[in-house]
Amino acid sequence: MAVSSPFGSSIKRREDPRLITGAGHYTDDVRLPGMLTMSILRSPHAHARITNIDTSTAKAMPGVVAIYTGADLVDLVAPVPCAWQPKDSDIKVPEYRPLAVDTVRYVGDGVAAVVAEDMYTARDAAAAIDVTYETLPAVVKQLDAMEAGAPQLYENVPNNVAFHFHLGGGDVDAAFQNADLTFKQRIVNQRLIPNAMETRGAVASYQRGSNELTLWSTTQNPHIVRFLMSLCTNIPETNIRVLSQDVGGGFGSKIPMYAGEMIASVVSKELLRPIKWIEDRSENYVATTHGRDHVDDVEVAAMSDGRVVGLKVTAYANMGAYLSTAAPGVPTWLFSVMLGGTYDIRNVSSDVYGVLTNTTPTDAYRGAGRPEATYIIERVMDLVARKLNLDPLEVRRKNFIQPADFPYSIASGAIAYDSGDYEKTLNRAIEMVDYTALRKEQEEARANGRFFGIGFSTYIEVCGLAPSAAAGAMGFGGGLYESAVVRVHPTAKVTVLTGINPQGQGEGTTFAQLVSDELGVPVEDVEIVWGDTDRVPMGWGTYGSRSTAVGGSALVYAARNVRDKMMKIGAHLLEVSPEEVVFENGNVHVKGAPDQVKSFAEVALAAYTAWNMPEGVTPGLEETYFFDPVSNTFPFGAHVCVVEIDKDSGKADVRRYVAVDDVGNVINPMIVDGQLHGGIAQGLAQAVLETAVYDDNGQLLSGTMMDYAIPKASSFPNYELDRTVTPCPFNPMGLKGVGEAGTIASTPAIMNAIIDALSPLGVEHFDMPASPQRLWQFVHEQKGN
Amino acid sequence: MKQQVTITVNGTTHTSEVEPRLLLVHYLRDVLDLTGTHVGCDTSQCGACTVHMNGDAVKSCTILAVQADGAEITTIEGLAKDGELHPIQEGFWEMHGLQCGFCTPGMIMTSVNLLKNNPHPTEAEIRHGLEGNLCRCTGYQNIVKAVQYAADKMNAEPAAAGDD
Repeated sequence: MAVSSPFGSSIKRREDPRLITGAGHYTDDVRLPGMLTMSILRSPHAHARITNIDTSTAKAMPGVVAIYTGADLVDLVAPVPCAWQPKDSDIKVPEYRPLAVDTVRYVGDGVAAVVAEDMYTARDAAAAIDVTYETLPAVVKQLDAMEAGAPQLYENVPNNVAFHFHLGGGDVDAAFQNADLTFKQRIVNQRLIPNAMETRGAVASYQRGSNELTLWSTTQNPHIVRFLMSLCTNIPETNIRVLSQDVGGGFGSKIPMYAGEMIASVVSKELLRPIKWIEDRSENYVATTHGRDHVDDVEVAAMSDGRVVGLKVTAYANMGAYLSTAAPGVPTWLFSVMLGGTYDIRNVSSDVYGVLTNTTPTDAYRGAGRPEATYIIERVMDLVARKLNLDPLEVRRKNFIQPADFPYSIASGAIAYDSGDYEKTLNRAIEMVDYTALRKEQEEARANGRFFGIGFSTYIEVCGLAPSAAAGAMGFGGGLYESAVVRVHPTAKVTVLTGINPQGQGEGTTFAQLVSDELGVPVEDVEIVWGDTDRVPMGWGTYGSRSTAVGGSALVYAARNVRDKMMKIGAHLLEVSPEEVVFENGNVHVKGAPDQVKSFAEVALAAYTAWNMPEGVTPGLEETYFFDPVSNTFPFGAHVCVVEIDKDSGKADVRRYVAVDDVGNVINPMIVDGQLHGGIAQGLAQAVLETAVYDDNGQLLSGTMMDYAIPKASSFPNYELDRTVTPCPFNPMGLKGVGEAGTIASTPAIMNAIIDALSPLGVEHFDMPASPQRLWQFVHEQKGN
Repeated sequence: MKQQVTITVNGTTHTSEVEPRLLLVHYLRDVLDLTGTHVGCDTSQCGACTVHMNGDAVKSCTILAVQADGAEITTIEGLAKDGELHPIQEGFWEMHGLQCGFCTPGMIMTSVNLLKNNPHPTEAEIRHGLEGNLCRCTGYQNIVKAVQYAADKMNAEPAAAGDD
């Protein structure tokens, strides 16, 4: 049965029937005969020397099978790898042992691994290990860590600075000399904890005889896990199978290679028993990477009409105690290239210092570098408006890159934006909120002493992380193409293998829509397979809003090659030349003669029986395609947030949130909207709720869901969404990606609104989180003055 | 010392010897292999482990298996009857009320309870009623719509509102 084009329709997700009936299959759901449980004992100190580990009591407990310390693992497994090392950054990568050998460097650093018959016993035994520590001075904040006399984490990393990165273009000094207005602002982007609802975990099963490791891992990129695991354990890549079925959220925190799965793998090889390791939530808070944590010193040069002519940023990024897998790329490349935002600023320079501290390592968190940059430039637009007494919209319009300017090369020349019409999205957003009426409402509110604010964010982000040549130039230790196999079976069903690895983004549905569109088969006949390195060719996974732009393109090209072959076979069966047939609704028919037709099923079967193939055409109906785009994609949009701060509670109440996004063409509007809802909530939560809090000794005070403020159902209202469509020229679907857009856009939108609300108090900037406590305190202190 | 418990789960009665400290959620997952109920935190904040005990929504990470001795438990696996989805399950599917799906079983079990206690909730009542369940993916907007969808459907067909 042929179907009308499913591209662009909100069909229900094919993932859902299993997930709503409790039939999902997450890592903790794996059950294997003879499986043991592993628990990792973690350091309670932020910085200490281990002087003794006494495991005797723990080892004697019934049900305990083995205990490993750092020293036991030195010969079994290499250090946790850092795979993104920007060139020319003088990077020093400290050794990150899966279990600490002599020194622990953050609360949560692994100290010992206990393997037992069940989880309760493993945890009891871990608690019974007696570790003697000699505590050392700890340093938690990046600026403190750089100061003379600060505690040093490593002998070979002076001043705890792991790297310095510079990117710049234009003549920044001249721009500052010739500007009408120059100013400086320190902007803090606080540390966040990703909090995927499923904690991390792994099940490792090493088979004697075949010498094969099967590893179930809750990861965003199973092939990267296989690649790095092979390098770290010396198990040949041919003998490692990484499986990743349902993944309960990632948000960047499931990109890195972690100690847990490395230890589970080598312990399984040692004991020849399957090993399950699943974090509990408290462990997740300290052992899974955190995000953001920047202090940014921003210098701005502007003209009196609001044009920004120069931007200079010195960023201090807190990397934590070690450099996690992709961590150095986040505050360097992913941050620096986005500092100009949607604005035509020709003189931009950034200097980034990656600083080691006695805290959990940071790495990608939804947006990864781009939210930090966007927050800066969107705050800068409002600061310029305030200082020049201009409307923030006017300043934005004055600076926008114009539609005729694309492709637009940024000041440093490092990347070129694909396409855009920034004023169009902004105009639509203004129309939706009725800006004039809103400002009037604000005037009335202010006259009554209320704190009412309107904030904008006219953001852009770089997505569709690729191409591979750029990855290499940026020092990323891998490629960024994506793979797809489209396999038509003799029964005309279609299997698609994809190298991406979703964590809820719905590609099991949208990818089926793409294939259905290309091949004219019903969506129900298309099976999308991911998360099995034995079935799927090398791919790089799901992050950086790249899955559909890169992975979807790979499958579209593979499907088109399948179609070409079907036309050759169909034409042969119809006894005409391939030029004389067309492929329509899945069938091959003679041009102008729809009754002279071979159906999809007939051609598929003919390809496999191969009784009557055209000359030079091989049997079978399966195509593999590796797609490496020529460039990134650049979604953009205009978000407007209206807040009112309750003077009595300090709560910044979101009255309205309007988002007009341009993510290019849309395969499934329902899924795109869902990505935006969740993204916006995460970005708003950074602004008003979430923050990772360490005390001066490096203890994580916000170390449980009781103490770390994740948004609840009642935290924010419904979001009002609309779209403009500017197709991306770099992929066959003309789409740009949407996974991170909401998060990148919403943080500055609400902070600009909160600061606008506070502006009658003379406020120009307020650091996040603008939590009720901090806002209440601020407003009341001002009143006191 | 292990203790004997008899617990009826999704209509089937099980008698097991369990450690007194065994949490109900681990009993369901590890003794009965009902892995649809998830563990998302260890402080009873996230609600991923929500099941029904004697008709009320409870967080099964906060209850010991021995406390459930003699109780009737319904888990996400027991919600659909005769292959037909419960209106709440249908609502989550129709309204795109889930992404990664990890919080979903608990979210659905809480929603069923919410509508049992308040068949005509306002949006604010739904949002308030779901405060004990965390979702990191959806921003809750479509979860609220899913509950509204189910409320409308159950109010239109009172028979579908049957308790578990």
